[in-house]
Parts: sequence; structure tokens; C-alpha cells
Amino acid sequence: MNSTSKKFAGALTALALAAGAAGPVAAQDDTFKIGVITFLSGQAAESFGVPAWNGGKVLVDMLNEGGKLPAPYDQKGFGGMNIEVVLVDEAGGATKQVQEFRNLVQREEVDAVVGYVSSGDCLAVPPVADELKAFTILYDCGTPRVFEDNTFEYVFRTAAHATMDNVSLARYLKSRDVAIESFAGLNQDYAWGQDSWADFTGAMAQLYPDAVVKTALFPKFGAGQYGTEISALLRERPTLVHSSNWGGDLQGFVIQATARGLHERSQIVLSAGDHVIPQLQQKMPEGIYLGARGVNGLAAKARGGELQELTDTLWDAYEAEFGVFPVQAPFRMWQALLGLKTAVEKAMAENGGKKPTNEELAAAMKGLSWDAPSGRIEMALADGHQAIQPNAIGTTKWNAEKGAMELIDIEYFDSRCVNPPAGVKSADWIAQGFPGAQCD
Amino acid sequence: MDLAATILVDGLIYAGWLFIVSVGLTLVFGVLNILNIAHGSLYAIGAYAAASMVGAYFAWGGDAFPYGSYVAMIVAALLVALVLGPLLERGLLRFFYGRDEVLNVLVTYAVFLILEDVMKLIWGVNPYFVYEPYTLLGDVEMGPLFYVGYDFAVIAAAIIVGLAVWLSLNRTRMGKVVLAVIHDSEMSQTMGVNVQRIYLGAFMAGAFLAALGGALTAPMISVTPGLGVNVIIVAFAVVIIGGLGSIPGAAIGALMVGISRAASVHMLPEAELFIIYFVMAIVLLFRPEGLFAKTQARKI
Amino acid sequence: MRTNLMLSAVGAFVLLAAGAVLLPDWAMFLCAMALAKGLVSLGIVGMMRGGLVSFGQGLYYCLGAYTATLVAGQLGVSDIFLLTLLSAGVCLVVGALFGPLLAGYRGIFFAMLSLALSMVLYGTLAKLTVLGGTDGLNIGAPTFFGWDPEGRALQTALYLYVAVLVVVAGTLMRIYFDSEQGLITLATRDNELRVEYLGASVRTVMSYNYVFGAVLGGIGGTIAALALGHVDPEFAFWTTSGEFVFVAILAGYLSVPAVFVAAIILEMVRSFSNLYFPNTWQLALGIFLLIVIVVLPNGLGSLVRRRKGDAT
Repeated sequence: MNSTSKKFAGALTALALAAGAAGPVAAQDDTFKIGVITFLSGQAAESFGVPAWNGGKVLVDMLNEGGKLPAPYDQKGFGGMNIEVVLVDEAGGATKQVQEFRNLVQREEVDAVVGYVSSGDCLAVPPVADELKAFTILYDCGTPRVFEDNTFEYVFRTAAHATMDNVSLARYLKSRDVAIESFAGLNQDYAWGQDSWADFTGAMAQLYPDAVVKTALFPKFGAGQYGTEISALLRERPTLVHSSNWGGDLQGFVIQATARGLHERSQIVLSAGDHVIPQLQQKMPEGIYLGARGVNGLAAKARGGELQELTDTLWDAYEAEFGVFPVQAPFRMWQALLGLKTAVEKAMAENGGKKPTNEELAAAMKGLSWDAPSGRIEMALADGHQAIQPNAIGTTKWNAEKGAMELIDIEYFDSRCVNPPAGVKSADWIAQGFPGAQCD
Repeated sequence: MDLAATILVDGLIYAGWLFIVSVGLTLVFGVLNILNIAHGSLYAIGAYAAASMVGAYFAWGGDAFPYGSYVAMIVAALLVALVLGPLLERGLLRFFYGRDEVLNVLVTYAVFLILEDVMKLIWGVNPYFVYEPYTLLGDVEMGPLFYVGYDFAVIAAAIIVGLAVWLSLNRTRMGKVVLAVIHDSEMSQTMGVNVQRIYLGAFMAGAFLAALGGALTAPMISVTPGLGVNVIIVAFAVVIIGGLGSIPGAAIGALMVGISRAASVHMLPEAELFIIYFVMAIVLLFRPEGLFAKTQARKI
Repeated sequence: MRTNLMLSAVGAFVLLAAGAVLLPDWAMFLCAMALAKGLVSLGIVGMMRGGLVSFGQGLYYCLGAYTATLVAGQLGVSDIFLLTLLSAGVCLVVGALFGPLLAGYRGIFFAMLSLALSMVLYGTLAKLTVLGGTDGLNIGAPTFFGWDPEGRALQTALYLYVAVLVVVAGTLMRIYFDSEQGLITLATRDNELRVEYLGASVRTVMSYNYVFGAVLGGIGGTIAALALGHVDPEFAFWTTSGEFVFVAILAGYLSVPAVFVAAIILEMVRSFSNLYFPNTWQLALGIFLLIVIVVLPNGLGSLVRRRKGDAT
């Protein structure tokens, strides 16, 4: 389609949409319509929602043009079909998201839904997805509860759950033989922070049974001011301070903690900290151990190997478009969309090239594995519905020549080293001392 | 430094910040009888404006005299008050004077929603940083702890703001007129006071204080969307505890919340989330209209 | 009067029931949610008639939702009638505890204290990891006297159930509003002291209004939880309560059906603005709120009453 007719089609679509309740715009057979839900406002917009969709947009544009990516992703769109996107803001809570999900599926008639950063939304949406038999990919959220408490037919999560973030941190400390007498935590006061701290203390109890747990601080989500908490951490003098904070909360904590010398007194470890590097740059102190919830961002760039071409292509396109390098969120969006592409094309190969139904898509996605810039993604858990992926932890180091923060001493962990095996709940897995973990 | 002293210092620092962000709210309520939810947006806009202003200051060679960035912060807050104050008060709020208090809360809630997106349209979603002013004043060592000099500057700013508001209300002719309007605006009007002007002035002062709170906070945080929503609830709690419309009340409320929160973080971190509502509920149980509420004549 | 009321109740039900046949799936769900939330707002309207506005109805909305979820999850009860009754009962008890306490407060203090109570519930639930913390809990689909529908049938049954509840609650509230107690409430709005001097207890009346609001809130929360299949502490957050207040203000205190019309309008506006302006839906919603407040200062209900030329 040339650009004039594209615009015309765009205007027509807009008109049809403006007509509103007049009737759903059913997707054509030569387009594959996805609903994308991610944070466009609120605190998670800056750190996750917007970068994720920026990454998604770059990828969708490249796919729609076709031939831009190395094999096996060189086919146009999804199996030749043009990809069309309906974007929805995730802000507003789980209640709103369930309603929006129904609207996307029943009113907009999307062919698949890709979305959800918030764990609350990831717990609320799957039952509805199954009720409506709507193929759904959870691309970002961390809570293991989604598939550990329930089973779903049409719902898949293409990113590993949060357990590996903190297990990897503890393993990194152990493999580098860091001596730890005591540790404390500062985590946001909601499920993410509470779960991360529980996983970290659990993993530490296995690897460092003698380390003493000092104070566990849970400032309010979005608190912004950590003066009192930092005083408490300075007073307690733990060897190590753990934080799973993200976004503005993490940036505020790092700025205030370094101004008061917390990083000189305690080793700081950040389970999801990579995404604040582009913003903080030199303000991020050296020697911090941090993860990216997967081999994402700087760790993916530094990895090399056969995925280098795919990673570099997307990395460069992203950097060229937005003037900043991609951090964890776009990598997770990429692995979700590439997984969807692989599933659609697999289903089409089986049904003779027709646009796949929800059932065919779900059957194709189940147990699938594919390559993404973040490594090999395998739908290995929860009967083929939950992905595992490799992880990496590194140490921050300022590169004065380049004027950029880098990660050094990066350690890559195999998927099966930091994720529980199938059929074992993550909390039990940690408590039992990681049975069945395969580390090389 | 023992625990009690640490709690006191931490509590004071937090209370100083709380006072600055809540005193404008109580002032606006006292004069206009509007509980302004958009106070949180003004705070966030103040933070964004200060971040942009300080950024511009250093971009234009402010490194030669970094202390000028503090002036830039205050100018940013002033600008916010000068632009948004008249726009909101003259353009919108004046149509709702004398209406139901709760309806007015909804009006300002609508403004809050609108400004949330307006900020996004102006500044985007990427964070702004202006940490230079934060580290400029050096460290203060207190026993085994380090504090940032800036923390104490915030306490000083709170004291200056408090004194300035109190003095201008109680020691100037204009201030006494404002007090008269707070007490009974109808009566003041019949006595020849230009109540409209007082309303505008008070709202702009409130907007300035909100923006100043944001401007002073900007150096310690990353300025991102969603900043205002968290501030408004704590500011509400402080002014409700102190008594709506009371300046000394806001100070006492800020101190109570600040110190009890610090005590909770150090001694019982699990309770941090509740402590503010707990203090508020206790105070309201014994003093239903807050600690320093004005008594109101009831009309039969 | 009574016959008129019964006729309009039957008429309202027929109108709502027609929706079960005519509406597409998404719209039926949207309406079911809107009606459930409308029930909560109806409770606020009851208080608003006496000049009080609760900014904390999220407390009962959330309490009802969690009661239903926990009973369903722990005791395996899935019957919708039983769940509704249980949640309403729990909210009745809690409302009866807080009601007399709060009935002594007025204006913004009543609003803020009720808000503080609901925020305490929010904070507690967010802390309780056994109850899922901030992520909340899921609740399975309800059954109707042992009937276990799925898909469209389930949605229709749920929708019709809410419709029945709305008509019954609306009729009962209308009867209450027109009763002696209800008229005292209205008189309180004009002048509280005068009512006291005439020998009525404003406090008692306000307590009743509060308890009714609590029960309606609990029922609304139960329906919402069952329709969504999920509850989280956000149910008690101040923005949720603010939405209920907005619906009440949009409807005004003059008309009962207006409450439900207002609730449906708000849901529609939000849903469409969210889809068509994903980046500026808050702006759109804010402007919509302002327009409503400016154009309809006494709410939608005033449109109906104005035409009838009836002052009450």
C-alpha cells in the first residue's frame, strides 16, 4: 500500500472508529489485528509502557515492510498478513482493564491481545480471556501466581516470571564469592516489591545461610522521598542492600542514597535496575550489581553469539528512532511479538495458509520455543503456557572515554539454572534449595 | 547519634517538606472554601518547571555560579503561579464560589485529570533530572550518619515560608483583610473589601506554594508523570489533621505526620503505610474539625 | 402514587430486560458493571439528600467484593443469591458500627473521614499477602440456584440479576425517600438546626442513610466482583470512591433512575475515550466532567423534574 492510500485507509478507519458503536471493524483476512495494552500514563509509562511500545512499533513497522530482519523473521508481517495495532492505556486498575479487554475482543474484534505490565492486571485478565476464548499474550508482568494458581487454555506468558530475577542475584553474589554478613531491603509496598523481597531472602537463605536479615523497608509506591529509609539503612550498616524498585522510585532512591553515601557503606543490588541507566548515566554509582529481568538491554548487546545480528538490527533501529538505547521493556515486547509471529506462521503452515483461529493459535503457541534478542525463549512451564528465558547480572562501570555507563563482569545464567522446573511452584523450589536446577 | 535523635531529624526533614506542600492547600481552602485536588498537579508542574528552568540555567553557562539554580527554582514556581493561578481561578473556579464543597472537590478533580495529560503533552513521559542543586550544599555528618545539606535547606525553607505566610497575614494590612475574608466573606464585601481580588491573590499564593513544593523536591527525584497523585493525599491528611484553613494547624499536622512516620520507619516499618491515616483518624475522633479549626457560626 | 411507582418499576425492568436481548456482549457487560456501580452511587445519593457526601463508599464496595470472593474461594459457595446476601450482611454490620460514629460529622469532614476509613481498608488489604496483596484475588463465575451457565448465557443471567436488583433497590429507595425519614433527610439539607428543633434526630436519620449506603455498596461490590472475576484493593482506593461520587453528582439527588443513566454514561465515555484517545483519555474525561458540572449543576435528574415542574 502506498502512503497516500495508507493515509486514506487510516482516515477511513478513523471515521469508522468515530462512528463508534455503529459496529465493530472486523479485521480483513490479509491483516492481523492485535490489541496492545501497556502503560501510556502514570508512573510505569516512562520506565516500561512507553519504551515497550516504542520497541513494539519499530518491530511492527519493520515486519510490515518485510525482509528487514534476519531469518527466520524475514517474512512480511505475520505470515504475510499486515499487522494492525489497537493501542490501549493500561493505567486505571484491573477493573478497567477487564472491561477494556472485553471491548478489544468483542467490540474491536482483535485477533490477539498482547499486553499487561501490572501483575494485578495479569491475574484479572486470564479468566476472562478463557471465557471469551481469546488468544492472549502476557508480555511483561512478573508474578508467578498467574499459572501457579490456575491453568488457562488461551493465555500465554512469553517472559519468565520474577523468580529468576532474585535467584540470579543471589547466584551472582555466590559465584563471585562476595562475603555477606547481613542484608537489608528497600522495596515498594505492593505485590511486586513484597514478592521480590521474599524471593531474594529465600534464595539468600539457601546460598548464604549464615547471613543475617536486617530491616525490610517497604516505602509506599511512588513515595519519592527516601530520606528516613536511607537513615535507617545507614544506621543498620548491612553488608548489602537489596531493592527491586523501578522507574521514578528507583531513580529517586539512587539519587538520594548516593548523595548520602549509602553505596560506600553497603553493596547495593538492584533486581530490575538496568532501565534507569540511560537516564541516570553518571549518577548511577559504579559497582552496583543489577539485573534486567532477562538478557535485555546492555547485557544482550554485550552477549555476542548467533543472536547478535537480530539484536543489533532492532537495537540500531530503536536507537535511530528514539535517540536512546533500548532497555528491558522493549526486549520483552520484542520477544512477545516474535513469539506471536512464530506461532501464527506455525499455525498457518498446519492449516494450509489460512488466518489461524484462536484455537489453532493456542495449539501452535503451546510449548513453542523461538529466538529473540533476549535469547532462546521456551514455553516450558505450566503445560507450555509459561516461558523460561536466560538471565544476566552485571556490575555498573562508568566508561569515561565513551561517556556512558557500562555493565562489566556480566554473568549469564541458563534458563534452567534460575527458573524452576515444570510442575514446581517457585516458592517451593527456592525453599527446597533449587532442586533440578541445571547450571553449567 | 541515638535512635531518638535520628527519628527527630528525619521527622523534621519530612515535616518541612510536608508543610511546604500542604500550607498552600490550607490557605486556598481557608479563603476560597475549595479543597483543591489540582494542588497535586500544581506541585507536579512546579517540579517540571523547575527541572526545565534549572536545566536551562546550566545550559546557558550557569556552571560559573551554580547557586543561581536555587533562584531558577523559585522563579519557576513563580511562573507557574503567575500563569496557572489566574487561568484556573478567573477562568474556572470563580464560577463555583458558594457552591457545595464536595462539588468543588469534583471540579478540581476534573482539573487534576486534565492537567495530568497536559503535563504529558508538554514534557512527555521521559524523566527530568536536576540533581545539581541537591548536592551543591555538601554533606552534614551527624554521628554515624550523613545527611545532605539540601535536606536542612528544605527545613529552613519551610520555616521561612511559614513565617512569611504568618507575618503577612497577621502583621500587614492586606493580611488582615484576608483574615476578614476567611472569617466572613459576605460581611467583608459589604465593608468594601474587593473580595474577588483577595480570592485571586490567595489562589495564586496557594499555587505558588504548591509549585514551590514541587520545585524544591525536583532535585531529589526524577520528575516523571504521576508525581502529583501521591502528594495530594498526604497533603490532605496534613491539613485535615491541622484543621482546614489553619496555617499553624498545617505546621503542627506536618510535624505530627513527619515524626510519627519517621518513628514508624525506624521502629516498625510494617506500619508505615497506615501511620498517616492512623494519626488522622485519632485526631478526628477527638477533634472532629481538626486541631486548629475555626469555629463556625451556625445559621438557624 | 404507589401504583405509579410500581408501574414505573415494571416499566424500568422491561426496559432493562430488553437490553439482555438487544445489546451486544461488550455493551451488556459494560451496562452490568455500570448498574452495579450505580447501586453504590444510589447509596451516596441517599446521603446527598441530607447534604452529606461520602468520599469513601469504596470501603463497602471493596468489603462486599472481598466478602464474596473469600466466601466463594474458601467455602466453595458460588450461588449468587447467597453471596449477595452474605456481603450485604457483612456491610450492614460494618455500616451499623461506623454509621452512628460518622453521622456526627458534616460536609468536608464527613467526606474526608469516610475516605480515611476506606484508605485504611485499602492499606490493610495491600499488606495482607495471604489475600493476594495489591494483586488481589480471582473469583469464579457464579451459579444461579444450582444453574451453572457459561458464555453469553452467563453474561445475560448476570445482567438480568443486576437489573432485578437495580429495580428492587431503586423502588425501595424511592419509597424510603418519600417516607417520613426520607423527607426529614431532605429537610436536613436545607437546615439541620431547624430539623433538630422540630424534634427529629438528624443523627439517627443520617445513620440510617449511611447504613443503607453501606448495604448498597456491598451489593454493588459483590456484583462487580462476580462480573469481573477479580478483586483487588483498588476497589477501596480514593479514585474509585471519587467515581461513585461523580456518578451521584452527575445524577443529582432528585431522581433515582438518573443515577443508573449517569453510571452508564460515565462508563461509555470512559471506555470510548480510552480507546480513541489512549494518550489523552484523562484529558477527555476531565473536560467531560467539567462540562457536566457546568451544564447540569443539579444533575441529570433535574432535567426530568424541570419538565414536570416539580420542585422536590
